[in-house]
Amino acid sequence: MSSEISVKVEYFAVLREQRGLSSETRLTGCENPRDLYHELAREHGFRLPLRDLKVAVNGEFGQFSQTLSDGDTVVFIPPVAGG
Amino acid sequence: MISVAGRSFRLSGEPIDPPELKRLLVQKDAGGFVSFEGWVRGNNEGREVESLEYEGYRELAEKEGGTIIAEALRNFAIIGAECTHRVGHLRIGDLAVWVGVTAEHRQDSFAACQFIIDQVKLRVPIWKKEHYIDGNSGWIGIGNVSDRPVSETAEGGR
Repeated sequence: MSSEISVKVEYFAVLREQRGLSSETRLTGCENPRDLYHELAREHGFRLPLRDLKVAVNGEFGQFSQTLSDGDTVVFIPPVAGG
Repeated sequence: MISVAGRSFRLSGEPIDPPELKRLLVQKDAGGFVSFEGWVRGNNEGREVESLEYEGYRELAEKEGGTIIAEALRNFAIIGAECTHRVGHLRIGDLAVWVGVTAEHRQDSFAACQFIIDQVKLRVPIWKKEHYIDGNSGWIGIGNVSDRPVSETAEGGR
């Protein structure tokens, strides 16, 4: 039985617009960023597929399969377009 | 995080000042200097662009950009390398990104300059939203996901 953890999610670019927020702290039963993205996508209608995203945890590029801990900050990174 | 003058990557909310960045690179052993400037252009894939918004995830952008600068310093025979990328609302002709590289000899400064801009475009978490003259807008690189009429959000009074 997994318990809920509190994570901060920061949003940028198209995801920020679709969410209508720059960041939020939420309780979740999701164990990893993959499940968390799917949970958020269902709630907010995000249309970007996971394969187009990268993820950062606590300010570093991470893995969608890595285990999240209470207090982590998660950022889903849409395709970049600098330059 | 490494942020040594003459060997750093920054995001800037203010207009980029190339002479100031170039001064960071002045070094007595440098025999060549190459720079690249990326400018906001007035069309993209056949659509006329009125303005652009760049948004960055500062913490990770400056970290990843710093890694790219460090890779350039390791992989090419160069002395210094600086890159600054603008964020915010830019107009046609504005300077969006500046890269400068110094080396003893020119070949490595050309190659490193190209390496840095190519990697920045691929890896650094910066996003670009184009506002078109026809009133539409869209985030670049994600297909039509964010296309929407902007009649409600267009800035008026200009």
